[in-house]
Amino acid sequence: MMTATFGTHLTADAASGDIPVTIKVDNLDFFYGTFQGLKQINLDVFDKKVTAFIGPSGCGKSTLLRTLNRMYDLYPGQRAEGSIVYKGKNILDHDVDVNVLRAKIGMVFQKPTPFPMSIYENIAFGVRLYENLSKGEMDERVEWALNKAALWGEVKDKLNKSGLSLSGGQQQRLCIARGVAVKPDVLLLDEPTSALDPISTVKIEELIHELKEDYTIAIVTHNMQQAARCSDFTAYMYLGELVEFGETDKIFLNPVKKETQDYITGRFG
Amino acid sequence: MSAHVLQSTNPIYRRRLFWHRAGILLSIGAMAIGLSALLWILAVLLINGVGAIDLHMFTHTTPAPGSEGGGLMNPIVGSLMMVGVATLISTPIGIFAGVYLAEYGQQSRFAQVTRFVTDIMLSAPSIVIGLFVYALYVANTKHFSGWAGSFAIALIAIPVVVRTTDNMLALVPNSLREAAFALGAPRWKVATMVRLRAVKAGVVTGVLLAVARISGETAPLLFTALNNQFFNADMNAPMANLPVVIFQFAMSPYDNWRELAWGGALLITASVLGLNVMSRLLVRSGKNNG
Repeated sequence: MMTATFGTHLTADAASGDIPVTIKVDNLDFFYGTFQGLKQINLDVFDKKVTAFIGPSGCGKSTLLRTLNRMYDLYPGQRAEGSIVYKGKNILDHDVDVNVLRAKIGMVFQKPTPFPMSIYENIAFGVRLYENLSKGEMDERVEWALNKAALWGEVKDKLNKSGLSLSGGQQQRLCIARGVAVKPDVLLLDEPTSALDPISTVKIEELIHELKEDYTIAIVTHNMQQAARCSDFTAYMYLGELVEFGETDKIFLNPVKKETQDYITGRFG
Repeated sequence: MSAHVLQSTNPIYRRRLFWHRAGILLSIGAMAIGLSALLWILAVLLINGVGAIDLHMFTHTTPAPGSEGGGLMNPIVGSLMMVGVATLISTPIGIFAGVYLAEYGQQSRFAQVTRFVTDIMLSAPSIVIGLFVYALYVANTKHFSGWAGSFAIALIAIPVVVRTTDNMLALVPNSLREAAFALGAPRWKVATMVRLRAVKAGVVTGVLLAVARISGETAPLLFTALNNQFFNADMNAPMANLPVVIFQFAMSPYDNWRELAWGGALLITASVLGLNVMSRLLVRSGKNNG
């Protein structure tokens, strides 16, 4: 495990020592056909903390995120090697039921993706997949999830309207509510604010701050200020390798590697 | 003095402008030819057919040779029944096959071959389909029937529904599909409850277009449903239908028959036009509220 130059576990610093690890990534390689998208990634995602993946386009940060719920499974030719241990189980194993996995490790995408149904149904859809709730219980769950996503006040009078009728920022919060409604352990956010205006972005960032009370969060972002504001841990990636991983304050104020320093100060290139 | 700066004399630009105008002119010309043919057909149909369409046409059966009056009740009912049955057969088969191709088959070899064969079926001469059902069904049951007619036109409708469903589903953004999978939804739910739902207006349009296509088919019915000069609602017996009646009556020596043929032609054209307009409206409303 201590073979790769970049890939050694960089997480064992004093501050993170006591925090339980939710997802442990070990020697992860990822391939798009013959192209290797990730090289020997080793990283811990800590319980009820926000972990940000940053790096220039094409560095593999979204790829890494999409291995954590095996979203890549949808595409033949994409494969991962190594191990990603979640609650004692390597999720890359063939016997893992990816549907159950994805219900536990939810995901929110770059562009808002409301389903072509009402606001209420958007949330109930995921819940019904695994739970048999009465009408009253479902109403409660929908309200709870929308509250969690700070959207209840804005939509409570139009739950039967199409989810597509909301603004972009509201749609994205609806998607977060939908992800939260199935009560996952982990939320994966793939550049959740890159298609949103600054005000909606602030709302989502505040939301991330509140959600980490209950959920473990991993977020991919292009925006370094966002990583600095929202995350507890930051991973800087470049060309498929994990260059540096540690507490966000440390990465931004006092990075160990020169590459990291260059990227976060904008001297990259 | 030279021209204003905005009146370019640049030869490259002038040449491009010339070809631009020539292209537009050719396009308008082509459109005018196509459109005038269509309008001509509609106008002739209206002029000759409108006189035949009255309540009498819907309430009386086809006249015997040499007799006066008569209507198109039996072929109208026969066409409605056969097109209805064909739609009931082809819609589920077409939609399920389309869902299979788009969600499960995707770019696999089997799916590619299926698409290729479906495309051949789309352009297969309809008389061949009629002969096929004749050989397989009519020859075995030893009589023409409404069922045989329904099967023949269902075979024509299926590929239309398959291809529109497949094409429509392909338009659903991948992100929507991934979002449904990300909630832990199994594949069939993603395919039917999210993906198919996102394009339901388009799929319904495909079904309507298939109905429009088969309601005017004549050749496959000649070999299968044949015709029936009497009223008949028994799908097991030869069945009257508008296209074949038009074919027979239009070439007959009787004035009242020819008038009924015009009326029937106008009726079919108007229904097909109505179906097309309906599908347009559906697509538009689908775009507005998903």
